[in-house]
Amino acid sequence: MRDLIVFFRCLLAGILFFSLPVVAQTDSAAVAPDTAAIQQPVPAPPVNVIVTDTPNDNGRSLEIRWDLSPDDQALVTKYQVLRSSSQSGPFQVVGETTKGQNTFINGDLSDSVDYFYRVAAVRAPAGVMATMAESPVFGPIVPVAQWFNMNRIWIFIWTLVICGAILLYIRAARSGKELYVRKIAGIDAVEEAIGRATEMGRKVMYIPGIQDMDDVQTIAGVTILGRVARITAENDTKLDVPVSKSLVMVVAREAVREAYQKAGRPDAFHDDMVHYVTDDQFGYAAAIDGMVVRDKPATMFYMGCFFAESLILAETGNAAGAIQIAGTGQPSQLPFFVASCDYTLIGEELFAASAYLSREPKLLGSLKGQDFAKAAFLLAILVGIVAVLIGWTGFLKILEVG
Amino acid sequence: MLKKYGFAIVMFLICLVALVRTFMAEPDPLAFSPVVSYIVIGLLALAMIAVLILTIKGIFVERRWVFLFVGVALVLPYFMSITLKTKVSPEVQGLFNGVNALPPGSKVLVAFDYDPPSAPELQPMADAFMAFAFKRDLKLIIIGLWPQGPQQANLSITRAMAEPEVAAKNLRYGTDYVNLGFQSGNEFVIQSMGTSFRSMFPRDIYNTPYDEIPLLRGVENFSNVDFVVNWSSGYPGTKEWVQIAVDRFRVKVGAGNTAVQAPEMYPYLNAGQLTGLAGGMTGAAEFEMATNEYGRATVALLSQLFSHAVVIAFIIIGNVALFLGKEKKTR
Amino acid sequence: MKREVPIIITLVVGIVFILSYFIPHAPFGELETFYNEWFSIVASFAIWLGALNLMKLSFIRISRKQHDWQLSWVIVICFLVIVAVGFYDGYAGLSNNPQTSFRDPGTNFDWLYTYIYTPLSSTMFAILAFFVASASYRAFRARNTAATLLLLAGFLVMLGRVPLGDILTSYLPEGWRASDWASWIMNFPHTAGQRAIKIGVALGIVSTSLRIILGIERSHLEG
Repeated sequence: MRDLIVFFRCLLAGILFFSLPVVAQTDSAAVAPDTAAIQQPVPAPPVNVIVTDTPNDNGRSLEIRWDLSPDDQALVTKYQVLRSSSQSGPFQVVGETTKGQNTFINGDLSDSVDYFYRVAAVRAPAGVMATMAESPVFGPIVPVAQWFNMNRIWIFIWTLVICGAILLYIRAARSGKELYVRKIAGIDAVEEAIGRATEMGRKVMYIPGIQDMDDVQTIAGVTILGRVARITAENDTKLDVPVSKSLVMVVAREAVREAYQKAGRPDAFHDDMVHYVTDDQFGYAAAIDGMVVRDKPATMFYMGCFFAESLILAETGNAAGAIQIAGTGQPSQLPFFVASCDYTLIGEELFAASAYLSREPKLLGSLKGQDFAKAAFLLAILVGIVAVLIGWTGFLKILEVG
Repeated sequence: MLKKYGFAIVMFLICLVALVRTFMAEPDPLAFSPVVSYIVIGLLALAMIAVLILTIKGIFVERRWVFLFVGVALVLPYFMSITLKTKVSPEVQGLFNGVNALPPGSKVLVAFDYDPPSAPELQPMADAFMAFAFKRDLKLIIIGLWPQGPQQANLSITRAMAEPEVAAKNLRYGTDYVNLGFQSGNEFVIQSMGTSFRSMFPRDIYNTPYDEIPLLRGVENFSNVDFVVNWSSGYPGTKEWVQIAVDRFRVKVGAGNTAVQAPEMYPYLNAGQLTGLAGGMTGAAEFEMATNEYGRATVALLSQLFSHAVVIAFIIIGNVALFLGKEKKTR
Repeated sequence: MKREVPIIITLVVGIVFILSYFIPHAPFGELETFYNEWFSIVASFAIWLGALNLMKLSFIRISRKQHDWQLSWVIVICFLVIVAVGFYDGYAGLSNNPQTSFRDPGTNFDWLYTYIYTPLSSTMFAILAFFVASASYRAFRARNTAATLLLLAGFLVMLGRVPLGDILTSYLPEGWRASDWASWIMNFPHTAGQRAIKIGVALGIVSTSLRIILGIERSHLEG
């Protein structure tokens, strides 16, 4: 019995072997009855099909490559990738590529199943019976998950360098080492701007951008809000924080509440200082414009992530005569803020503001670490320029993102 | 009363006239002849010169006058029968070349990542692309990372289908194009699409399961699409498509952005991460010109030109005021 | 405990996120998507917090007849109308065959969206054109060397981006006209500046994230 099974397996394998190289088949879905009888040319099949595990992934996918059919330009319309979990089939179409393309990544696979692949060159012009020729079977192959994404090795090294530098400088700052941090005019002006509102008896308005708490710019905006709230609490100045995301409202409210408590003025805090307006970008801008025109705040802060509404807000604030301090990491909005605000924190200054305002050594230490990383980047860029000029392009790998 | 609300009333009237203009039947009785158009342009130039003279005399105009001039400059060109042609910039040419190089039958993923407020700038690009792609027999897979994106896509499809050449092709939904709708999750959607489109878009906007759509047969992930076109006005948008689809999955991406956002994409464009970029109304007009699909952006080009001219004139006037040191007096 | 628990959660999630970027193998590879889904769920439910806050404030303004209290009625009425129409259309769509969404073309909600929301939003975006003009008028002044460079760059790009620039410089050889100047400015000085800012922003994000993950930066929790 066992021998019989082996015999039939060999027979099947033999039949498959001899039938695989060029099998002219018809694509039943594309057959036009009236043209079925006419002999259509069959493209040569693709060759050298190689299936490999997709590198640096979480398994469950394979990469299929093949050499194009010699008739790629003349006859082929598309390539079909066929897959089966057994060498004898049945094979099902799992993907298509247009002619001229010779790679395909097959996803949604199981890491515990053997897969077999073949690739077919298909000729299927409109209204004509389709013909196809299939390559030999490749397999078995199993997808494998990797424990480290080697494409990101240089990012990993850069992460270690940057984080290491930041942590080292924080440690140095904690040990009492004096750290020099350059003056940032926009941050120095914060107290003065709030003081102006206090003198005028008008409110301070703080806009933490239009993104949610998953954006680091918003987090930076809320951390600065904590510092600003402490000063408004000490000065007994009215603070108004209209926000465009509910989660930002919750977090910002807590930050302001804590700031008022720390300043010894919990009585001056009330929940409605931080209030929700709308998630809609221009609805938010319209609402704030209305508040600015009606209430004429003396000071306006824009700290966070802004898009096209930046100039609408800042110009209205400017027209209302408010002293304005903005900060964003959105390069395309910086020109608008520069044109309309008294002070603008450019890019990284927004992230430095909280540390600068607190003057806490460990926070200032992180700024120095950041500067070190920037110097390292500059050096890498300079070396990269020289490397490219002398033809050593391999060096650029250290700046690639995978 | 008139002094307080005069400007608002004038601006309202300008808008009203512009609105009435859009409802005029052909032949348009309000359209200026070329001669009248040039006279109007001359009058506007004279008005600007008058402002300059006032400034030299020390009378510095308020910003509402700036608004008024910009309003007039934006609306008047719509009454003029002057057609302008522009030069296609290398950025837009790159976008066009990227699409034009695709052989018929290529699958293009089109991401509509904007909403109605930015439609005046982005819709003309999308319309021109849609008509061009259909004429070239490209297969379009439409998605939106913004909730309103797929609705904007439907507008473009309807406009393209109205063209006789496209209508004659008898394109079928599901075979020649498909709208997979909106998916929340921002850049994580792009990331997940790198493995499986199906996992992010199990059904199209008409609730048809992914596997029952003929066009999507064999479309697993980015490796099965030949090009990605992204129309974007913010987050998530072109930046996210570049950082994930291009950098991680090596897809070719071309984009159209609002004028406000476009400058931020130049680093990606110069690094070759973006195939091409159309920015703002001017970019849309250039793209219309490149694809030979003239539409609303070309019409708006004159308006764009007038407004730029007015702003440039005011910059000059502002600097004249600065040099004369007569900013104190205001009118 | 009130402060320690959020800091511990931030630390754990932050470290797992960093690891998941470098380790594709399960369970790390999936965690990013998992946390993102959780964020979406929490943010979706939190919308009600915001909406209720907006209603509460509006009713307080109306009841206390605060400054411009009439405008609060506009908010309340618009909010209720949109919500009611959305729910009505959503409910009606369930009985259709095939079922339709409240956002489908032809619904009442779609009418409100097309004829009220869209023009209002577009109007706000269009205001940008006027503000760009007034901001340029005020800011683009040759007060010093840096401001003069800003003025020149703005002037040339604005001129080169419309056909007017090339018309005025048509006497110059091809490649030296206004549109070419604008392209040069955008492709070189502007791109260099953008890249410098982006590198700074990226480092700022790393530094801020590290401070928050390690609990060094707590001002968003404690002011």
